[in-house]
Amino acid sequence: MSQCSPLKLHVPEPTGRPGRETDFSYLNLSPAGAVRRPAIDTPPLATVDVADALVRVLDDDGHAVGPWDPKADPQLLVAGLRAMLKTRSFDARMVVAQRQKKISFYMQSLGEEAICIGQVLALEPDDMCFPTYRQQGILIARGYGLVDMMCQLLSNDRDPVKGRQMPVMYSSRRHGFFSVSGNLGTQYVQAVGWAMASAIKGDTRIASAWIGDGATAEADFHSALTFASVYRAPVILNIVNNQWAISSFQGIAGGEAATFAAHGVGNGIASLRVDGNDFLAVLATSRWAAERARCGFGPTLIEWVTYRGGAHSTSDDPSKYRPADDWQRFPLGDPVARLKLHLLATGALTDDQCTRMQQEVDEEVVAAQKEAESYGSLASGHVHDASTMFDDVYRDVPAHLVRQRAQQQA
Amino acid sequence: MASMTMIQAIRSALDVMLERDDNVVIFGQDVGFFGGVFRCTDGLQKKYGTSRVFDTPIAEGGIVGVAVGMAAYGLRPVAEIQFADYFYPAYDQLVSEAARVRYRSAGDFTAPITVRMPCGGGIYGGQTHSQSPEALLTHVCGLRTVMPSNPYDAKGLLIASIECDDPVIFLEPKRIYNGPFDGHHDKPVVPWTGVPQSEVPDGHYTVPLESAAIFRPGTALTVLTYGTMVWVAEAAVRETGIDAEIIDLRSLWPMDLDTVVDSVTKTGRCVIVHEATRTSGFGAELTALVQEHCFFHLEAPIERVTGWDTPYPHAQEWAYFPGPERVGAALRRVMETA
Ligand SMILES: Cc1ncc(C[n+]2csc(CCOP(=O)(O)OP(=O)(O)O)c2C)c(N)n1
Ligand SMILES: [Mg+2]
Repeated sequence: MSQCSPLKLHVPEPTGRPGRETDFSYLNLSPAGAVRRPAIDTPPLATVDVADALVRVLDDDGHAVGPWDPKADPQLLVAGLRAMLKTRSFDARMVVAQRQKKISFYMQSLGEEAICIGQVLALEPDDMCFPTYRQQGILIARGYGLVDMMCQLLSNDRDPVKGRQMPVMYSSRRHGFFSVSGNLGTQYVQAVGWAMASAIKGDTRIASAWIGDGATAEADFHSALTFASVYRAPVILNIVNNQWAISSFQGIAGGEAATFAAHGVGNGIASLRVDGNDFLAVLATSRWAAERARCGFGPTLIEWVTYRGGAHSTSDDPSKYRPADDWQRFPLGDPVARLKLHLLATGALTDDQCTRMQQEVDEEVVAAQKEAESYGSLASGHVHDASTMFDDVYRDVPAHLVRQRAQQQA
Repeated sequence: MASMTMIQAIRSALDVMLERDDNVVIFGQDVGFFGGVFRCTDGLQKKYGTSRVFDTPIAEGGIVGVAVGMAAYGLRPVAEIQFADYFYPAYDQLVSEAARVRYRSAGDFTAPITVRMPCGGGIYGGQTHSQSPEALLTHVCGLRTVMPSNPYDAKGLLIASIECDDPVIFLEPKRIYNGPFDGHHDKPVVPWTGVPQSEVPDGHYTVPLESAAIFRPGTALTVLTYGTMVWVAEAAVRETGIDAEIIDLRSLWPMDLDTVVDSVTKTGRCVIVHEATRTSGFGAELTALVQEHCFFHLEAPIERVTGWDTPYPHAQEWAYFPGPERVGAALRRVMETA
């Protein structure tokens, strides 16, 4: 006879809720410089310790320490900072534009900017990204026009995707940016397929897959891991663990019993858990994973520990489910401030240059917004003509849609 | 009795069933502490605890799969899919499992689950927050598919769905969560207050499944519709002055064929209205049924007014949505046929 008491359903609960501070000790942080850097051909299972620790390069004084110091060209870091500032400035203005009802919806990436921007700087320009809705930083770092982005957000008649999708669902093959889907997780396994294709064709390009902590619960995530592992696909499998999936915290997605990086190890994939607010750690680990993939040693899964600084979207009110000052208390700080501190500490930038850079990006965003708004918006009715709704369903418009278009235009 | 929104009526149904039946459990993305992105489960976790009302991982296949397993144990799970547009990962669990377990086990196992999902457009949600996938569900033998058009029916149908021993898909037209919507998107939003169908009793009652409602009696023609489009059809009737009989199907499949046949037999004309895409839409099934059962009473061809055969666009939303003008034009055409 078992001595067990009656069973009870375990439902993970965050330590913090409105009015109750979060106990962030669950994050299990490692000191900067403390985690070893495995060889790039390391067997997947040998990364189990790195998947459970936290790779960090920047110490509290902004100095780069330890084996993961990327020894990066200061100009590259300055370019990274500029892209981060631009992304943040862009986001802030678009949130306001939504409030002013100029755009119908928006999702910002506040607090997570270092991750996709740092990774893009570690990739070749023709490596292919399969993003979620929170990687606008990729487009900005790769030089996609701010005006084009804003026209998509305004859904006006210069929207490159013709008003077909809600704001932030960009697409740009030219910038290695796969069309963003509203259905969570689908892109992750597609990235593995793209990487398999690159291997099939004897190419040198690699893929970069993106997903949030919450969406790792989807079956497509698990299929992606299996396929990536089986075919040793040249892909970087990024998980942006920003602690929240709308109102549910990362424990509901499976982050309570194991790190997200540990999921990779269990599937036979080399896995790293990295401070996503540490631009140098992002750059260094992304370079490691890119080299591993390009050299044919297979996929790397990287869990980026960060925090969703803003609301999930402009339709969300996080004060209903998490402490208002949670981000301020998040122990990994703000990625922009940390990179700035490093660049000031190493003398790569002066205070004046920082201020000027901020002014320049703000001016660039303001000018882009002015131009984009001059082309009209959904609210002003300057959208792609309704007749275009019937295009692109198929390569050519079949007879039934020709008929329907005629009816619609009548 | 109180005036409720659809959201309050749905919450009231869930509350009644959690109270009455210990086997009822509610789960889905964001439904626990937060109370759902549309607030339908607000306060229920606090009242009934985390074992009865809880958040799930973002995995629709998992949500429906565990519901089927819980039902095998003897529970009556009520699962929420955040948007109907996201139920596709659950399709296998619905089609191959929930819908068929009774049949394949000859009644040894059943799946008395209810899966709630907000559906329909009109909120600038683009293709991933606007779809009406009812035809993908009515095509599946073993599933019941229900869609209310007002708070009173929402509560009564939801209770009936939860008490039903078959798997029920409960589609909630999100555009009418907070007020009836007649398709005139440029007019101010109308609240449910003051609309007779928003008067909802506090306690337990049911609206039986497989029963349609005559939403508006009439003699000139029959409009077959459901969900948001009931209100759009009513506006079209009002604006054209045609004395149409509007039938709100409520249960799409299995359905109340008698009410439909009686009406079309009486009026001799039929217009079918739904928001979903046209081809192989539920309107095609309705057209076939009317043709099979009322052919010799028909005085005009049956017309369908539907969404176009394209994904639901974002910027061209109102050109896609079959609004009162398109419905009204169809009513006139059908009346003009001698
Ligand atoms: C298949 C699917 N299910 C549900 C949703 C609704 N939804 C949109 S975003 C989101 C939360 C995602 O959280 P996470 O993956 O952590 O990404 P984050 O928003 O934090 O970047 C949910 C549940 C969806 N878009 N697709
Ligand atoms: Mg998240």
